[in-house]
Amino acid sequence: MTTPYQQQGAPGASYTSPIPVRNTHLGDALASEWTKIRSVRSTMWTLGVMIVLMVGLGLLTASLVAAADPDLEGQSVLSLGFSGVLLGSICVMTLGVLTISSEFGTGMIRTTLTACPSRGRVLAAKAIVFFLLVFTLTTVTTAIVGALQVGIVGGEPSGEDWFRATVGVGLYVAALGLLALAVGALIRHSAGAITIMIGVMLLPLVVAIFMFSESLRDVQEALFQYSIPNQIGVLYDSAVTTSGPTGWQPLWIVMGVTAVAMAGAFALLRTRDV
Amino acid sequence: MIEAVGLTKRYGAKTAVYNLSFQVRPGLVTGFLGPNGAGKSTTMRMILGLDQPSGGHVTIGGRPFKQLPNAPRQVGALLDAKAVHGGRSARNHLLSLAQLSGIPARRVDEVLGVVGLQEVAKKRSKGFSLGMGQRLGIAAALLGDPQVLLFDEPVNGLDPEGILWVRNLMKQLAAEGRTVFVSSHLMSEMALTADHLIVIGRGQLLSDMSVKDFISANSADFARVRTPQTEAEQREKLSAALTEAGGQVMPEPDGALRVTGLPLPRISDLAHEADVRLWELSPHQASLEEAYMRMTQGAVDYRSTADQKAGLMQQPPMGAMGPVPGHGQQIPEVPQQGFYAPPPPQPGQHPDAQGTPAPPAAAPGGPAPAAPPAGPTTSEDAR
Repeated sequence: MTTPYQQQGAPGASYTSPIPVRNTHLGDALASEWTKIRSVRSTMWTLGVMIVLMVGLGLLTASLVAAADPDLEGQSVLSLGFSGVLLGSICVMTLGVLTISSEFGTGMIRTTLTACPSRGRVLAAKAIVFFLLVFTLTTVTTAIVGALQVGIVGGEPSGEDWFRATVGVGLYVAALGLLALAVGALIRHSAGAITIMIGVMLLPLVVAIFMFSESLRDVQEALFQYSIPNQIGVLYDSAVTTSGPTGWQPLWIVMGVTAVAMAGAFALLRTRDV
Repeated sequence: MIEAVGLTKRYGAKTAVYNLSFQVRPGLVTGFLGPNGAGKSTTMRMILGLDQPSGGHVTIGGRPFKQLPNAPRQVGALLDAKAVHGGRSARNHLLSLAQLSGIPARRVDEVLGVVGLQEVAKKRSKGFSLGMGQRLGIAAALLGDPQVLLFDEPVNGLDPEGILWVRNLMKQLAAEGRTVFVSSHLMSEMALTADHLIVIGRGQLLSDMSVKDFISANSADFARVRTPQTEAEQREKLSAALTEAGGQVMPEPDGALRVTGLPLPRISDLAHEADVRLWELSPHQASLEEAYMRMTQGAVDYRSTADQKAGLMQQPPMGAMGPVPGHGQQIPEVPQQGFYAPPPPQPGQHPDAQGTPAPPAAAPGGPAPAAPPAGPTTSEDAR
């Protein structure tokens, strides 16, 4: 032992640590979660792939459009970033699930909750660190991609367009990732939670495409409107449907759903045995 | 000080821990023993607030774990060496835990030095051996310099040097006035390390006493007496005299007698009076392992049976052997048994013996490797 321990010896005498004990707070948990998220390779991989997809697909579509016909029929040039963001958000969802379910999978959660018995604080710290990391990266990447696209294709998007295509998309993708984190906390199983999230993302659209019956037209329309790819499209003003949510509405919807899922995750984590 | 009162845990219909009450005092190494599935790990998880008890409560220093201010500075625990994210380096793993409880980062390097993992601090823990994982877990437990320490099977997978180190570490931690609560299956290790024992079986408290008391309360101390092998009648004479004097005599397959209930000088006197020469009169003290086996034999959930290899034998001697040990259990005193060489009753090997206490003079229970002096020799002779 390198700490100066006193030899007290006698049974009954209790030990007191020479290192002063102080109360802990959310800031400590945030520092800890930041260390955790930056020290595993899955973070580097998922976020790296996300950036590569967003930049790569954004530039590819922009150069294809520029080579063929730069007339976008009234669409903002920023909407060319859509496909990269759509695929990139799958990476974010994977990371969101892994951030919490890998702790359950490895048993690390027991070590964590022994070191911090207030479970709500652990989950809150995870959620905050993850959300801020994804939001920052997505917003910066979409801004860079947008600037490059404007440079390649030309056009002058309005300030509102810029704001929604960067901060709006950043918030949307981060909220989607947070939903995945909540599902990971509820399911506690990486593969299961990732499958659920991919299903949530793609299934409504796929089901709607194959809904041919006339009597189901309304259902089909709703599935199209509220499917996640279409909602991301709404943020770019380039939705598949003409009706349904507009402007910032997709963001409020995903945030509402995420809030409900997070509330469930908090409640269950508090009561369940780990 | 850990105090459990009426601790109960049910998982659906299965009761893992039932009405468990005990105290773990500071300044001592307290061993926590019990067969597989007895509820040791469940109890430890309840102490740490990871599992919610179905009934009763457990406190550390008078408070439930979850209400301790900065719990990791008061309680350190190693529950499972594999409870780490394998993709994270040892140092980052400890750093994240240190940050969680406001412990400065230099303490991380300190504990890495204490457990001897400085060399691999930057390596991902996925590649660690079980022993290295145990060291990492012990480092995590020591991180907060806590006054209460819980270790679940800390020596699993450690090399002999590591086992010695853990043994001394436990003793040192207790000597500093800390509360040290260690579960283990290695009885020899517990005998050397622990001062006090809490034994549970099938989720209930079987015993809560010091190691010394535990051994003397549960052991089967006996004397081994050997008469000249050339003269069988001397042996008969002596065993009659000893039985008459109130002792219990069991023959051993190699011709020796196993005597309980009489002190050594008295046996010698009786032999002298009966005019029998003795070639051996030796005391046999039970080890902690034997005492433990006797205590828990009724509470073992998972039990192996002897591989009789009957299907491989050409002339199955089972017809002769089968009923004899069962018969011998009712009348363990029958001395003639020894000549036919069926083993002395070994309750562990017979399902009908579950739960019934063995006759006092029986071999100290359990499967053959459990009782080195008597067990293996007898069963080998039997074949």
